[in-house]
Amino acid sequence: MQESSLANSQGGTSQMQVQKLPTGIEGFDDICHGGLPIGRSTLISGTSGTGKTVLSLNFLHNGIRQFNEPGIFVTFEESPLDILRNAASFGWNLQEMVEQDKLFLLDASPDPEGQDVAGSFDLSGLIERINYAIRKYKAKRVAIDSITAVFQQYDAVSVVRREIFRLIARLKEIGVTTVMTTERIDEYGPIARYGVEEFVSDNVVILRNVLEGERRRRTVEILKLRGTTHMKGEFPFTMGRHGMSIFPLGAMRLTQRSSNVRLSSGVPRLDEMCGGGFFKDSIILATGATGTGKTLLVSKFIEDACRSKERAILFAYEESRAQLLRNATSWGIDFEQMEQDGLLKIICAYPESTGLEDHLQIIKTEISEFKPSRMAIDSLSALARGVSHNAFRQFVIGVTGYAKQEEIAGFFTNTSEEFMGSHSITDSHISTITDTILMLQYVEIRGEMARALNVFKMRGSWHDKGIREFIITSNGPEIKDSFANFERIISGVPHRITSDERSELSRIVRSVESEG
Amino acid sequence: MTQRKTYILKLYVAGNTPNSMRALKTLRNILETEFRGIYALKVIDVLKNPQLAEEDKILATPTLAKILPPPVRRIIGDLSDRERVLIGLDLLYEELNEETFGYQDDPMLPEPSVTPSDTAADDP
Repeated sequence: MQESSLANSQGGTSQMQVQKLPTGIEGFDDICHGGLPIGRSTLISGTSGTGKTVLSLNFLHNGIRQFNEPGIFVTFEESPLDILRNAASFGWNLQEMVEQDKLFLLDASPDPEGQDVAGSFDLSGLIERINYAIRKYKAKRVAIDSITAVFQQYDAVSVVRREIFRLIARLKEIGVTTVMTTERIDEYGPIARYGVEEFVSDNVVILRNVLEGERRRRTVEILKLRGTTHMKGEFPFTMGRHGMSIFPLGAMRLTQRSSNVRLSSGVPRLDEMCGGGFFKDSIILATGATGTGKTLLVSKFIEDACRSKERAILFAYEESRAQLLRNATSWGIDFEQMEQDGLLKIICAYPESTGLEDHLQIIKTEISEFKPSRMAIDSLSALARGVSHNAFRQFVIGVTGYAKQEEIAGFFTNTSEEFMGSHSITDSHISTITDTILMLQYVEIRGEMARALNVFKMRGSWHDKGIREFIITSNGPEIKDSFANFERIISGVPHRITSDERSELSRIVRSVESEG
Repeated sequence: MTQRKTYILKLYVAGNTPNSMRALKTLRNILETEFRGIYALKVIDVLKNPQLAEEDKILATPTLAKILPPPVRRIIGDLSDRERVLIGLDLLYEELNEETFGYQDDPMLPEPSVTPSDTAADDP
C-alpha cells in the first residue's frame, strides 16, 4: 500500500538516527515519518473518549496481523472481556489472537474486593508480570492502558511515579516498543495528569476531540519524538469500521500520474469546449448559483460513464434520492436502471449527519469497495456548512488526493451564494486543487434570465474561452453559441455591442483606463 | 465445641528488599503472638515465580492475601501498620468473639505447611 512504501522510503533516511516501528495505522506512520521509535515508550495522551485505547489496540492488532509481532496489552481500567468486546466492534478478532498466543491481555484492573494498604510497597508484582509475559509470548509491542488508572488505584503518588519510571526503564532494557495512554483534563492544557510526561517525555502523541462549529472533530498531534523527525500540527482522524484512519494531508505528495486520456462529459458540445473532454484523472468543479444546471452536468457525467459500462458513484448532500431520481428522469436519464445494472451507486447523506473526517472516510470506503472510474459530489459546498475553513480545505484535499491516487475522475459542484454576477470561487479554497473549472451563471438579457456556461480553467489543455448560452431542455443540456454581441457577462449585467470593431476599440480604451 | 478456623495465607514479596523483610518479620510476629489457630503460610517471591503473581493478579509487593477463611482479603505494604493487618485478617474480630479463649493450642508452630515456593525471604 501507499503507507508502507512511504514508511520504507523514510525509514531509509533516518537509519542513522532512531529506528522506527511501523504502526500499520492508516496515515499514522506518515505523520511520524515511519512509525514509533523502536524500543522506546511513547505516551498517548488525550481527554476522555479521544480514542487512546483504540489507538493502542490498533497498534497491537496491526503488529500481529501485518508484522507477526506478538503483543501484550496491560489493562488497568477495563476487564479483558470488555476489551475483547470493544475490539470486536472494529472487526478485530482479538479472541483468536489470544488463543493463538499472539496477544496477551494482562489484567491489572482493580480488585473488586478492594485492598487495604498497610505500609510502604512497590509495584514489583506488576513489573515482573509484564516482564514474564513479554518473555513468554516473545512480545515486540506492549500497550499500557492507562498510566492514569495506576495512580487512581493507589494514593501514594510518589511511589507510583517511581514505579512507573522503573517499569519504563525495564521495558527499554528489554527492547519492546511501548505505547502508554494517559488522561488529560483540557484539550489544550498540561500534557497529562499527575505530571506523567515528566518521566515519559521522549515521545508524546496527543489525541483531541474538539467541538468545532457544533461538530466534533478528532485530531492527532505528534508533540515530540526525541531524536527523530515527524510532521507537526494537528491532523484529523476518524475511528471507522476498521480502526483509526489519520489523514496526513500535507504528506500527500503531488506525484500523481497525469493522464492524457480524455473522457466525455456526456455533453458533446462541452467536450468540444474542453478541447476533447475532461482528462481521465482530473478533478472538475462546476460552480454556480442554485438552478444553473450543476446537478444536470453531474447527471450527464455519470450517465456517460454508465453508457460505456464503467462504474460511477454519486455522493449527494443536497437532495434526497427520490429528488435526484426525479430530476434525472426529467432530463431523460434513468438512474434506477443504472443502479440495477450495478453501474451506479448513489449515497445520500445530510452534511450535518457526521463530521467531515467521517464523511471522508465513508467516501473512501465506498470507493474502495465499489471501485468506480468516476465519482461525483453534489455539492461540495453543502459540506462546508458549519465547519471551519481549514477543516473544509483538509477535507477537499483529502478527497481530491484520494481520487487522484485511485485515478478516478471527480466531478464536484459548488453552489455559489450570489445569483448574479461574479462570485469568488477562490473563497471556497477549492479552486487551486481542481484541474477544470466550469462556471455556470445567470445572465440578464433582454429582460430574461439566461444561463451562461464558461470553461473558466482547464489545466494542461486548450479550451474554449467563450461564454456560451446554456439551455436546459427535456433532453438535457444544450449549449449554444457564445454571447458574441455582449460583454461584461461575468458581471451579470451585459452590454450589447454594436460592431466588432467598436467593441475591440472600446475594450482597448477601457483597459488603458483601468490601468491608469 | 467451636471449630477452630484454618487460615491459609500467601505473602508475595519481591526478593530480599527491606519491604519484603519487614513484611515477613511483622507477619511472623503477629502469627506468633496474636494468632491462635491453625494456619498455612506460603511465601512467594515474584522475581522467581512471576507466573504465580500472574495467576493471582498481584500488582504490589509485598501483598498479603488471606485465602481462607473467606472472604479473600488483600493487604498491601510492608505490614508496618499492625492494626490494619489485624483488621484485614479479621484477627481482631476473632479475638473479641472468641469466648473459648482457653484452648491454648501450641501457638508456636511457625509454618506448619511450608511449601517449596517459600524460598528467598525465608531467612534474613
